[in-house]
Amino acid sequence: MSINLSVRIGSLELKNPVMTASGTFGYGEEYAEFLDLSSLGAVVVKGLSLLPKEGNPPPRIVETASGMLNAIGLQNIGIQRFIEEKIPFLRTYDTKVIVNFFGDSIDEYVAAAERLSSVEGIHGLEMNISCPNKQAGWCIFGTDPKVTTQVVSAVRKATKLPLIVKLSPNVTDISLMARVAADAGADALSVINTLTGMVIDIKTRRPKLANRTGGLSGPAIKPVAVRMVYEVFKAVNIPVIGMGGIMNSDDAIEFLLAGATAVAVGTANFVNPGATIDILDGIVTYMKDEKVDDINLLRGAAHAI
Amino acid sequence: MSRYFKAEIQENRPIHAVHNLLTLNVPVSMPEPRPGQFFMIEVNKGTDPLLKRAFSLFRKTEQGLQILYRIRGKGTEILKKMKEGSVIEVLGPLGTCYPLPSGDSIPLVIAGGIGIASVFSFVEQCAGRAIAFYGARTKSDLLMHDELKGCAKGVLVSTEDGSAGKKGTIADSLSAFLANPQSPTPNYRIYACGPHLLLKAVSEIAREYKIPAYISMEEHMACGIGACLGCVVKTRDGYTRVCKEGPVFEAKEIIW
Repeated sequence: MSINLSVRIGSLELKNPVMTASGTFGYGEEYAEFLDLSSLGAVVVKGLSLLPKEGNPPPRIVETASGMLNAIGLQNIGIQRFIEEKIPFLRTYDTKVIVNFFGDSIDEYVAAAERLSSVEGIHGLEMNISCPNKQAGWCIFGTDPKVTTQVVSAVRKATKLPLIVKLSPNVTDISLMARVAADAGADALSVINTLTGMVIDIKTRRPKLANRTGGLSGPAIKPVAVRMVYEVFKAVNIPVIGMGGIMNSDDAIEFLLAGATAVAVGTANFVNPGATIDILDGIVTYMKDEKVDDINLLRGAAHAI
Repeated sequence: MSRYFKAEIQENRPIHAVHNLLTLNVPVSMPEPRPGQFFMIEVNKGTDPLLKRAFSLFRKTEQGLQILYRIRGKGTEILKKMKEGSVIEVLGPLGTCYPLPSGDSIPLVIAGGIGIASVFSFVEQCAGRAIAFYGARTKSDLLMHDELKGCAKGVLVSTEDGSAGKKGTIADSLSAFLANPQSPTPNYRIYACGPHLLLKAVSEIAREYKIPAYISMEEHMACGIGACLGCVVKTRDGYTRVCKEGPVFEAKEIIW
């Protein structure tokens, strides 16, 4: 049985639906000894800003029941160094490179998008409007519909690359935020970023993370993420990239059935550096077992009455 | 060469109330680990706890890869119960190692508590040249003491309660040793692993006596391979990854 695994994210054609989640795969090179990056549908790199960011003080991570909290604080080497030092390496692989980026103001978002758009070897942009580890006020990019419209529209005008907007789950109505981002010109949506959480040390009586709060990821958040992908799929007509606690191919398939066109693997990369490949293999096995010859037939199948 | 593999537990033996010695059969394709490096080891097949655990290389012998670990949480409680013949996933060797001491230098090796696990193979590597400063809370917490005596030039023991060696901290013991002037001044190098406060004190002593010092830092880790940026410590270069640029750092690089 010949199987079609290729999917489209706007104008971007991926050879298969398995991507990496930003912040969990470094700049790709960290994982190159453990898997062939060319096997992936896309590599989504660690979030970048125009200027390098130092990030938050440690402790930055704490393990939780079936998950982990992180408060890295968007530490990154800056767009210029990324272009000079990391892109040449990524360009040697036959995969799509999607650059996650953010700014502290609408102007910075626009400047970052413009700078990234002129670089050969970058195939798409993922806009982070939803990091839970930024100072108060920043989160309005992803939680206030008016500001979301402004920032996404401005970036849309600044780039011709496929534009993915990564949504925050820390909102009352994710369908509304999805519609707002789609109307402002997003080509696709990443659903979801981490959920804000906290762990308190009962001996010191203080939060364990130096940043106090962090973003919860891992299997603990998967049912929330699947539900949100399901809702967003109903709300918009653009592709959804599903993510949130995908550890194996069964998890990935749940997201596809909920309505995701592609999936991104995050925390699982920390547990098993070859997780993406295992998931891809598992999806193929499932399709053969279920006699499904096109991955696109799975999309949103859970919505059938 | 493969740094991600499955290993069979050959032995998982208690050597103390809260410490076990784990011996793993590892594939020949595993790169040779160097003293100071570490491994990420699967402790659980389920999702709680989720992440692998970072453990120092204790030693690599003909028997296999050995990890000396302290049982102190959910992960190590599960690991403790794992039986011979169980197969677990291992990632490593990872990170930096203690740099080999030059021919004319005298290595002063500091081991605070379970820090012995990290520096033991380095003392072995120094082939009788190293002077070890080994400290613990009490006499019964001094693990591998006889083995250490067997491969070090000398072992200076200190315990917090005075039940073995000098009463006090290793930092006191190191200070006292260095305060005793020798002519000509020996070409010392310091190598240390232990609690954060001990490493800080050792770094200050090293600076005072202008001795190059290499210390093994510890932070919570998720991936162990430089991707998550979770395990950083503050250095002159900003927040730097313990798993990649460390765990062994030059002491003067660390901002305490």
